[in-house]
Amino acid sequence: MNYENITLIAFGLPDQDLLKAVAGVISGSLPLPLLLKSGYLDLSEFYDPARNQYNGNSILKKLDDDYSLDSSKTMGLFAVDLYIPILTYIFGQAHLNGNTGIVSIYRLTNERYGIGKNGRLLVGRLGKEIIHELGHMFGLIHCSDPVCVMRSSTYVEDIDQKESRFCKACRTILNTRL
Amino acid sequence: MDHGISILIVDDELSVRDSLYNWFIEDGYTVECAEDAKKALSILESQDFDIILADIKMPGMDGMEMLRRIKSIKKDSIVIMMTAFATVDTAVQALKEGAFDYVTKPFDPDDLTHLIRNASKQITLSEENKILKDRVTALENVDNLIGNSEAMQQLLRDIQSVAQSNASVIITGESGTGKELVARAIHANSPRRFFPMISVHCGALTESLLESELFGHEKGAFTGAVYNRKGRFEMADNGTIFLDEIATISVKMQVELLRVLETKSFVRVGGTKEIKSDFRVICATNRDLRSMVDKGLFREDLYYRLNVVNIHVPPLRERTEDIPILAEYFAGKYCSAMGKPPVTFDPAAIKKLGEFPFPGNIRELENMIERAIVVGNGKRIQVKDLPIGTSSAGSSFESLEELEKNHIGNILEKYRWNISAAAKALKVDRVTLYNKIKKYGLNQNG
Ligand SMILES: [Zn+2]
Ligand SMILES: [Zn+2]
Repeated sequence: MNYENITLIAFGLPDQDLLKAVAGVISGSLPLPLLLKSGYLDLSEFYDPARNQYNGNSILKKLDDDYSLDSSKTMGLFAVDLYIPILTYIFGQAHLNGNTGIVSIYRLTNERYGIGKNGRLLVGRLGKEIIHELGHMFGLIHCSDPVCVMRSSTYVEDIDQKESRFCKACRTILNTRL
Repeated sequence: MDHGISILIVDDELSVRDSLYNWFIEDGYTVECAEDAKKALSILESQDFDIILADIKMPGMDGMEMLRRIKSIKKDSIVIMMTAFATVDTAVQALKEGAFDYVTKPFDPDDLTHLIRNASKQITLSEENKILKDRVTALENVDNLIGNSEAMQQLLRDIQSVAQSNASVIITGESGTGKELVARAIHANSPRRFFPMISVHCGALTESLLESELFGHEKGAFTGAVYNRKGRFEMADNGTIFLDEIATISVKMQVELLRVLETKSFVRVGGTKEIKSDFRVICATNRDLRSMVDKGLFREDLYYRLNVVNIHVPPLRERTEDIPILAEYFAGKYCSAMGKPPVTFDPAAIKKLGEFPFPGNIRELENMIERAIVVGNGKRIQVKDLPIGTSSAGSSFESLEELEKNHIGNILEKYRWNISAAAKALKVDRVTLYNKIKKYGLNQNG
């Protein structure tokens, strides 16, 4: 299957400078045309009042139903706290070989952890998480290379440890899928 | 990451199955799902899985019943139980039934990763163990756990059955019964045997010392903390931590210990970085912890965490038939340690030992035999060599000086008053030996 492009749809993320900078990071690792769009979704139907979080599974399903295209990998960007039923939180998620994915900026900012704002760090984190989920969407699984973007990250510190690029092994697999 | 490890997920909730499926697939595992216990058991009939992750509460056959059935078919299956509402009782029950671990939904992403990593490690270790097993027919490292009594044989069976699991163990028993030896035997026969067993004698340390001993400290955390130091929990990573005299720890330490056991992570004293460590806990006490819980002296939640399995070490007076074999074992041990020829026991001495109540248990017996070998004539241990030999009261030495005088005299006789040889045997220098000879008025002709 050949994909013509990657589409980023920002839901409630109005910061255009941030999005442009992130797009730059993504282009550095994934040589496909990148489209930037903004979208609107009523997130209240995905809100779980008991957890005060948003159900990532349902949001992903909604995107799959309404936004998925066979010719494109579509990534929804959010600003709310995402969870899935078995986990206390997620940074983002996608299905292996799926066409849609989601990532939230919510737990990626320094401010969330009571540390001073750092725009450059945030661009890096958001870029890496998007590339990571896109990697899954292109069929890649987690990688043990400590700096490969496909290494799994539990904490923001883990994201900072890795780079935004794919290691040689992951890149080789990826090239057959692009 | 291709682990070559397969996981079976059993949960009646679709969203849970999907989420776990997706998570593990992305992590490179081979994954299958089943919506109930019946389906899971039928899948297991035709296919082997390395790890089974199952919900406790399911309609139809519940997870606990399924756990029992899986364990009865394949004893070393790694089953992890999941529960939405953790009650201590079900968790304890699950571990007692042989579950590898239990977790509360939802998990922290990190916990899930750790959980599976630990289980995977267990698989690798048990595979290594299987290879080793051909060479190991009996329990290993049970040197001092000697005896043919039913009580002792039961203890060895308990050790064997608990060694393979990861469950926390409390070893109870009077002072001197050899609780640490039991802990060592459990560790030495567990999949963690290739990693250290770290012992902490809680009763010997003040609260603040114990804290820095267990958690480690950062340079400058308190006066005297000149270097960063690893704590015992950190040292026990992949291995076992043995907490002796657990009943002596303060309420504050009880709280901290509980937190560490729940999260398997902690911060060094004066530090900020969270440190993870994967260890098994074995505790020992000579107190009745249950009654301490009832009196509010020991936290109940911590008690349940620690007391998944209880192993009781019987006092020596409850297995007097083991006394002869133990006495001979210790005699052999000390004769060879002291470079003496083997000794035998006078039947009267053995009888006397068998009648003694040994309030200090094995440790007291061991000390008694060691002393008898030092003071005895070197061939045969007699009633008079034992401090309990009332029939010949007065012939045993009361003071250390008397003991020393007699011992030095014996050694001098043995080496025919060759001062250099005797000093060497006594591990003192010649000047010291001359001074002792002078002090005790020893001379060559008695
Ligand atoms: Zn991932
Ligand atoms: Zn890689």
